[in-house]
Amino acid sequence: MDFDLTEDQRLLTESVVRLLGDTYSFEQRKQMLSLPNGYSERLWRQYAELGLLGLPFAEDFGGFGGGPVDVMLLMQAFGRHLVLEPYLATVVLSGTALRLAGSDAQQAEIIPAIVSGKTTLAFAHYERQARYDMTDVLTAAKHQDDWLLDGAKSVVLHGDTADQLLVSARTSGERDDPQGLSLFMVDASSPGITRHGYALRDGSRAAEISFSSVHLPTEALLGEQDNALPVIERVVQAGIAATAAEVVGGMETLQAMTLDYLRTRQQFGRPIGENQALQHRAAEMLVNLEQGRSMAMLATMMLGEPDPAERARNISLAKVGVGQAGRFVSQNAIQLHGGIGMTDEYAAGHFFRRIMVFEHLFGDIAYHLDKLADDID
Amino acid sequence: MDLQLAPEEVAFRDEVRTFIRDNLPPNTRDRMRLGYKPSKPEIIAWQRILNAKGWATFNWPREYGGPGWSAIQRMIFLEENLSAPAPELLSFNITMLGPVLIQFGTEEQKRRFLPRAANLDDWWCQGFSEPGAGSDLASLRTAAKRDGDHYVVNGQKIWTSTAHHADWCFCLVRTNPQAPKRQEGISFLLIDMKTPGVEVRPIISIDGSHHLNEVFFTDVRVPAENLVGEENKGWSVAKYLLGNERTGIARLGISKAAIRRTKEVAREVRMNGRPLIEDKAFRIRVAQLEVEAKALEIMQLRVVSAFEKSGGKKPDPLSSVLKIKGTELLQNSSELVMDVGGPQAMPVWQQELAALTNEPALAPDWAAQMAPAYLMLRAASIYGGTNEIQKNILNKAVLEL
Repeated sequence: MDFDLTEDQRLLTESVVRLLGDTYSFEQRKQMLSLPNGYSERLWRQYAELGLLGLPFAEDFGGFGGGPVDVMLLMQAFGRHLVLEPYLATVVLSGTALRLAGSDAQQAEIIPAIVSGKTTLAFAHYERQARYDMTDVLTAAKHQDDWLLDGAKSVVLHGDTADQLLVSARTSGERDDPQGLSLFMVDASSPGITRHGYALRDGSRAAEISFSSVHLPTEALLGEQDNALPVIERVVQAGIAATAAEVVGGMETLQAMTLDYLRTRQQFGRPIGENQALQHRAAEMLVNLEQGRSMAMLATMMLGEPDPAERARNISLAKVGVGQAGRFVSQNAIQLHGGIGMTDEYAAGHFFRRIMVFEHLFGDIAYHLDKLADDID
Repeated sequence: MDLQLAPEEVAFRDEVRTFIRDNLPPNTRDRMRLGYKPSKPEIIAWQRILNAKGWATFNWPREYGGPGWSAIQRMIFLEENLSAPAPELLSFNITMLGPVLIQFGTEEQKRRFLPRAANLDDWWCQGFSEPGAGSDLASLRTAAKRDGDHYVVNGQKIWTSTAHHADWCFCLVRTNPQAPKRQEGISFLLIDMKTPGVEVRPIISIDGSHHLNEVFFTDVRVPAENLVGEENKGWSVAKYLLGNERTGIARLGISKAAIRRTKEVAREVRMNGRPLIEDKAFRIRVAQLEVEAKALEIMQLRVVSAFEKSGGKKPDPLSSVLKIKGTELLQNSSELVMDVGGPQAMPVWQQELAALTNEPALAPDWAAQMAPAYLMLRAASIYGGTNEIQKNILNKAVLEL
């Protein structure tokens, strides 16, 4: 057991903190939100130069061979600044799928393009009717001479601008069958694809994507045919760990902002932070933040757990823990700020909304509690 | 960063687990599994077994008979002992008096008291709280006046756990009522409970048990050699005692045992025509407790690890987080255990444990201690610094509002 960072991890954290400190003030972020992509392509190239886009990939493919802890540290730093770039979609979600399921040839083709910042990806799995159910996939791919893809995906993170889509589709079986799912790598500009991009409540981008008789070459299949569910599960788990770390970063900023406000805001002739009722609420925020931090660490560590049941169970524990901590901290941050916390021009509400969005990705508190409840022996 | 126990830590855990399994008297174990609190003789017997093994002084330095364990080993040991379940070491002797004497005591005091405290030859109690001094400990008024080579003590302590079992009491007394700051007139005194003028009156708590007491001191003559540290410097001794390593403060093992028990009993009882264990609402409550337990487990590892890294020097303000979350989990898990018992948990079952008598059982053997545990644990968020005081500590040490 060891909670120390390696020298490399310390350096990584420092360089990211420096970069974001220079580039990601709340005002600068506002500018980025109004860019056509909803994020800064210039910064994306800087991430590439710093090696961040290659962090979890093997050195053979131009990556840095980093592990889950490195990604956690990065996501935590991103969370403190509400970073808008498609790191989660491209590197974490799609990257995990590629690493786990991609053939050597597929990885050799696409990963260097990710690492250099040339290509972005989106992970198009969840569908409108599926809510959080991973096996509820109606999108279907039929094999004739090549693959023919039909269906629709919903709330695809950064699906509006991604160059490549990793699409799950049914290649056999019925709705909800755990078997019969396959993953495909799809050029987003292929004929038959319609994308409707929009902003989520936190300003980050997503899309509804439909596929109408989209022709895919045989080699578009990623991994084993009919047996993609274990890969999809691991992608979702990586997403949970990464967003958990972002929520921790967001909670850190909210906590710091709130403490600042409690120290400076005067009412009845003194700082409001002198009121014990507010001090205790702030202390409870700290308790929740530390609980959430512990759970984000757990999720990260568990990504490497070989036993699938043990891994899934612990990651569900972590998702619930981080979700509840995030709700507590963000709701109380608004409450302690009073009216100013309600305004769009103030940063607290933006953190609040990101935490709210993340709570509703990859299964919410109720979904994971339900899974845990089913597991009780 | 790595959350797994190292192989040598796993081996240590297995060694502790095996020792407890092989040496804990089966009768004690069986009763404790049903939620009964261990009796005085059971507590003494178990502490002596651990002391013979060299483990009772688990947190004392090697030169005073400690095993020389790391903070992680100490945590593992306490967790294994709690979840066995085995009687806890008497904290007054082991985690309070022992470290205080080692830090502040004279050679004579160490020689005289430490080995007897380790072996539970002397049962110690803690004379801190008073009717007018609870969370505001420094307002205590029990007075000690110097008279030759004695102090004469007059006053009253309250909430004194196990004073009726105790041979000795370590006490905070006011030796200088004129001190400019209240904290500067306090001394730390060791009082023999058999001294004339010491009177213990029971307080029966809401669980029906006698655990708490009032202790009255009327012209109690205490030899001056029983002063620990300097006269009027007792506040720093008390602060040392309270700020000492608080590895076990979350008492996670108890909560884990309660969650286990909840599930066991839920298999035996029914809800709407099915075993309760199959009820979704019940399972969600268990799942929520398991989330809390896991978060606490990681928190505890973080605090212990930071303590180890700091060379065991600075008390971590995050131990207040452990206190708050640990006691909330103790309360929530005991509440669920009681709810599973339902109406069977409500009677004050007077009969002996069914397993120990030949009479047919009046009640299921799990029923008797469910409500008492729930009731007694309402105190968890009050003792050891109320959870509100813990939030004040967090504010002072971390938030600085």
